[in-house]
Amino acid sequence: MCLGIPGKVIELFEVNGMKMAKIDFSGVVKEACMEYLPEIKVGDYTLIHVGFGLSILDEKEALETMQLLNQIAAME
Amino acid sequence: MEVCGGQTHSIIKSGLDQLLPKEINLVHGPGCPVCVTPLELIDKAIALASRRDVIFTSFGDMLRVPGSSSDLFAVKAAGGDVRILYSPLDSLKIARENPDKTVVFFGIGFETTAPPNAMAVVQAQVQGINNFAMLVSHVTVPAAIIALMESPDVKVDGFLAAGHVCTVMGYWEYEPLAQKYKIPIVVTGFEPVDIVHGILKCVRQLEGDRYYVENAYARSVIREGNRPAQAVIQRVFELCDRPWRGIGVIPQSGYRLRPEFAEFDAELRFPEIQSIETKESDLCISGLVLQGRKKPHECMAFGKECTPQTPLGATMVSTEGACAAYYRYGRYADANRRIDGDKWLKNPI
Repeated sequence: MCLGIPGKVIELFEVNGMKMAKIDFSGVVKEACMEYLPEIKVGDYTLIHVGFGLSILDEKEALETMQLLNQIAAME
Repeated sequence: MEVCGGQTHSIIKSGLDQLLPKEINLVHGPGCPVCVTPLELIDKAIALASRRDVIFTSFGDMLRVPGSSSDLFAVKAAGGDVRILYSPLDSLKIARENPDKTVVFFGIGFETTAPPNAMAVVQAQVQGINNFAMLVSHVTVPAAIIALMESPDVKVDGFLAAGHVCTVMGYWEYEPLAQKYKIPIVVTGFEPVDIVHGILKCVRQLEGDRYYVENAYARSVIREGNRPAQAVIQRVFELCDRPWRGIGVIPQSGYRLRPEFAEFDAELRFPEIQSIETKESDLCISGLVLQGRKKPHECMAFGKECTPQTPLGATMVSTEGACAAYYRYGRYADANRRIDGDKWLKNPI
């Protein structure tokens, strides 16, 4: 339940005064509420929990983690 | 101790428990919201879901959690209108479409799900959706860490704090705990590499005889957390004492709806569900598992009377429960078996 799924914001819009977004999860597109991320913009990556964006992923930190993952893959 | 059940599953699935040196014993914590939701609340959910004037909505994990004599899946099979949601906001849509029914949402979870659940209540009030109510069973991590550290039987040398709880709440709340209990607390993510990173930081603190809060999940977590989300939690919920299944009442460890939102409190709207007698399984030791005092395979019923198909306790049901992780990934008896890391890398299974 606390797991978050990262996705990319591809569209922002409003429903009932709430900030909503279309999120691309590597090909699967779903809507999510962005009310807790007032500064989010199209193109940002966000972690979605139960239909809500709760953080904007830090690209630099994410790339460092990707590098670690790639190092592990290279060891195998 | 990794606090979050999602981390437990990642550890067991990736085999980290078997790859690490034997000096590092990963103890599984109470951070599975499904597991710690008190039996009384499950029974109340079952009572509400059985009513013909109620549409009961929930995250999918809750449906197979055993109550005293039934579960929500059985209610659904018997004709109850029980629906699994992607987002708490879906409850409001269902409520608008079914004005003759009351939609009751099972609002459970740690601080991660609190902002989404709180937003459903705020929106119900703003949009004037009166046929919506929430059965609330929210819990918080810092109170659980305090309870564990105050318990004489729990011996934990360091905590991997739950990355997504800290995404919402930040980690400033943990700084006084690290100092008071002289224990490292490392904010940790969920990928195996995140967890190894968290363990490394924790071990380095222990070896250096230091104890403070470190952030090993900086791509998602900042010290102050998500302020707009915290503001809505504050607006909708207030702290309360809350019973944790298998553990007991932990003071100031839960959220309940503030009086301004009392009209959306399912327990107040359906006062007849207040007096329910509960009965736990005599065999299940999930309370000890949740406190890190027993490992799942040390339970007499593990894999015998208790399996994911016929669970005796919630820890065998949830995708975040420690017993379910041990069962699914084959830690049947010898969980202390170690794998020679060098040999494994040369010839992986």
